[in-house]
Amino acid sequence: MARGTGKVAKSDIVTFNKKKFRFSDWFAEKVIKSVAFLSIAIVILIFVFVFREAFPIFRMDKKVAASSELMVQESYGGSDSGSTEKVADNQVGNSNKTQTPGDSPSSTLLSKTWMPVSDNPRYGMLPLFLGTLKVTLIALLFAAPLSILAAIYTSMFAKPRIREVIKPVIELLAGFPSVVIGFFALMVLASVFQNIFGYASRLNSFVGGIAMGLAAIPIIYTLTEDALTAVPKTFTEASLGLGASRRQTAFYVVLPAAVPGIFAAVVLGLGRIFGETMIALMATGNAAMISMNPFDSVRTLSATIGAEMAEVVFGDTHYNVLFLIGSLLFIFTFALNALAEFYFKNMVIRKYQSKK
Amino acid sequence: MNRNLKDTIVEGITGVSVLLIIFIIVSILAITIVGGWPKLNWTFLSEFPKDGMTKGGIFPAIIGTAVMTIIMAVAAVPFGVITAVYLAEYASEKSVVAKTIRFAVKTLAVVPSIIFGLFGLGFFIGFIGKNMDGLLNGGVLKWGQPNILWASFTMALLTLPVVIVSVEEAIRTIPREMREASLALGATKWQTIKSVVLPGSISGILTGTILAVSRGAGEVAPILFTGAAYFLSTLPHSLNDQFMSLGYHIYIMSTQSSDVDATLPIQFATTLVLLLLTFSLNAVAVVLRYRIRKRAK
Amino acid sequence: MNEIKVKVKDLSLWYGTNHALKSISMDIPEKMVTAFIGPSGCGKSTFLRTLNRMNDLIDNVTIDGEVCIDNINIYDKDIDVVNLRKKVGMIFQKSNPFAKSVYDNIAFGPRINGISQKSILDEIVERSLKQAAIWDEVKDRLFNSALSLSGGQQQRICIARSLAVNPEIILMDEPASALDPISTAKIEELIHELKKEYTIIIVTHNMQQAARTSDLTALFYMGDLIEMNRTEVIFSNPAKKQTEDYISGRFG
Ligand SMILES: Nc1ncnc2c1ncn2[C@@H]1O[C@H](COP(=O)(O)OP(=O)(O)OP(=O)(O)O)[C@@H](O)[C@H]1O
Ligand SMILES: [Mg+2]
Repeated sequence: MARGTGKVAKSDIVTFNKKKFRFSDWFAEKVIKSVAFLSIAIVILIFVFVFREAFPIFRMDKKVAASSELMVQESYGGSDSGSTEKVADNQVGNSNKTQTPGDSPSSTLLSKTWMPVSDNPRYGMLPLFLGTLKVTLIALLFAAPLSILAAIYTSMFAKPRIREVIKPVIELLAGFPSVVIGFFALMVLASVFQNIFGYASRLNSFVGGIAMGLAAIPIIYTLTEDALTAVPKTFTEASLGLGASRRQTAFYVVLPAAVPGIFAAVVLGLGRIFGETMIALMATGNAAMISMNPFDSVRTLSATIGAEMAEVVFGDTHYNVLFLIGSLLFIFTFALNALAEFYFKNMVIRKYQSKK
Repeated sequence: MNRNLKDTIVEGITGVSVLLIIFIIVSILAITIVGGWPKLNWTFLSEFPKDGMTKGGIFPAIIGTAVMTIIMAVAAVPFGVITAVYLAEYASEKSVVAKTIRFAVKTLAVVPSIIFGLFGLGFFIGFIGKNMDGLLNGGVLKWGQPNILWASFTMALLTLPVVIVSVEEAIRTIPREMREASLALGATKWQTIKSVVLPGSISGILTGTILAVSRGAGEVAPILFTGAAYFLSTLPHSLNDQFMSLGYHIYIMSTQSSDVDATLPIQFATTLVLLLLTFSLNAVAVVLRYRIRKRAK
Repeated sequence: MNEIKVKVKDLSLWYGTNHALKSISMDIPEKMVTAFIGPSGCGKSTFLRTLNRMNDLIDNVTIDGEVCIDNINIYDKDIDVVNLRKKVGMIFQKSNPFAKSVYDNIAFGPRINGISQKSILDEIVERSLKQAAIWDEVKDRLFNSALSLSGGQQQRICIARSLAVNPEIILMDEPASALDPISTAKIEELIHELKKEYTIIIVTHNMQQAARTSDLTALFYMGDLIEMNRTEVIFSNPAKKQTEDYISGRFG
């Protein structure tokens, strides 16, 4: 009992002249550091594994025969009753699929027809790109202005008490699962818009676009609001002090200073829309056709993966093409994120520094 | 134009935007509640689907979602907490490693959920599972196919950033004086983390877990082809069984059911259950987070 | 004068490019109270924190020179900072008890040193609280949160907590600056008791406090050590004009 009283403490004397090895500290640090690397590892693994499954596309002499033998019963996804796609070009089952030699899959990638399940499969991604672009554009045109205006109101005009209500309510939307928004679009929006615009196909890029916009609103709103509140108070006070109104201050002082942050918000919202799958699956109609009409059905890139991967044969060309689409989605969102993270953020920093 | 009039118009337009968004949110809630409420009762929650899913309840979907999110949380929370501890306590802000990890976390947060699904299929099922079968079962298909384990792991990757962000935020609100008090008593860094930092961020860890569970319960794309099933007559009883999930159920019933109209009440009620679930989880998280932020001030 | 416990030689410290301590040298005797005084921002806290290497926690700090405790330079490469801090305890300006019970606060140090036996912990807790002259006030609520106590009580809890680790030196950074006169008097009394067993170094803004409690006083100004001497000398017959001006309240 070394520590009975203060005086006998010397018997277990603490020395500090030599570094002591403490296993638990050493071990904890090693574990923590290695686990932290996991995030990097996951991103790299995603890269590797998504690309790896896409890569065989580019080997022209893909063994067609071998792949058709493999096609026995390895179907993926929920399948106790073979799910029946509504869309016409997808109703053909797996088993009667063969490829005509000479029609290499990679050569059809840029064609205008997406018909992966047929005697002569064609993997033209053009309609998918166009469809994605159309839906994204509609979603962005709907969500960006609405969210930015709402953010301006919240940070510039709303009284503090009201702001405390608005912010969490709008952020609630972020907690709505996309399948719920998709369901809402499918059941409600589609009919409402059909009554208003009188279009033919109930599910189309307009309905899908609006619904995806809903999913992007909380992202753009929150980040824009952050960007606006991050503008130094001195800017606002100086402007108001000079006799400018709140509106003038908002538009001539705060908004310009927050532009890079708002861009970043829109870019991240864009990423969300671009990769959104469930809403696209449920609300866009899923027809892979080339059309500029917003009221025509479309099939987006991500919806294509979602709809077809469950039906596809492991290692098949169709499988590889879907992974190729996945790779493109991944590269695109990765680039958007990098853009928001490095380019816009640096712009924000520079902006405030130069005005200090 | 008169300046005051302009001010009023601008304030009006921005205000209307807020109202429009709130209106949409309220509509979604109201329509779901109105459509789903009549069907929502104990039988619905506790029964299996019947008659080709046109009747009966959603019991297996509730259980499937619960089990999946529990496995997911068990996988994601420890990793998330440790990564957050690294970022807040070990990494120096300027180090390239820390910046890279931060960027990786942000990337994970924005990668589309369907990509996680692809990754789960290519990595967990096609690589890990297939190899496990090759090594353990002599090539007999057991792990190399979609199941609840792989679906949960896939979802864990998706929710990892949610946990990391919440926990790191909470750790950073712990005042420096608390760490100094501990270190000045001769505690090591790890002892300080273990007995001061982590206990102080319990509410943040809880928030992160709840947000992750809420997110995981609602996501469908990652489990589309990693484990979710259309219909199962039994509950999953092992990790390599498929499972039913609320979100997937909504998707299937509303798009691929043989008689969409007949099942409409079921669809609405399932949506209501999912919304109530994610909603209440989020509400708890918002309150917790609000408390943490208050402490930070 | 007692034996030298801490010997500082040409100690300089920079926060980035800010030269906060300029080649300080001083000897601090064992089992006495040494007070640091000087105007705000002159580097008292910084200097105090160099004595248990608390500044290691701050990014961008450069330190040059030596601090020898019991003839060992604590800035040597091979020093075990954790054990050093067990030997050199610290009380902060803002009392910072953990959000735990009084008992757990005091037992924190012993526990991290691997003591888990209840009877020993009980004994250490009681002894430390008695030494910090707060036992009578808290003995009936040992398991209440330490945060429920008054500011002055919290500060004495912090002192007790640091005593529980058996330090040899106790650094106090304005330990009474946030307290009312009665609590302050209690702390000063406590310091007087503690110096029988511990070497105490205290930073204070309060000239009377320095005069009342300390045996030696050192005056800092803009990172320089202006003068250090026995407290009576500093307050009655300082060698430097600057000291006299500061003592009489003409600057700072
Ligand atoms: N963490 C830090 N980072 C950068 N500079 C610091 C830091 N802490 C203190 N300084 C600077 O070092 C100088 C000395 O500060 P210090 O806190 O030691 O003064 P002090 O004498 O204790 O003042 P006070 O009486 O107000 O407590 C000041 O110029 C201060 O701005
Ligand atoms: Mg100080």
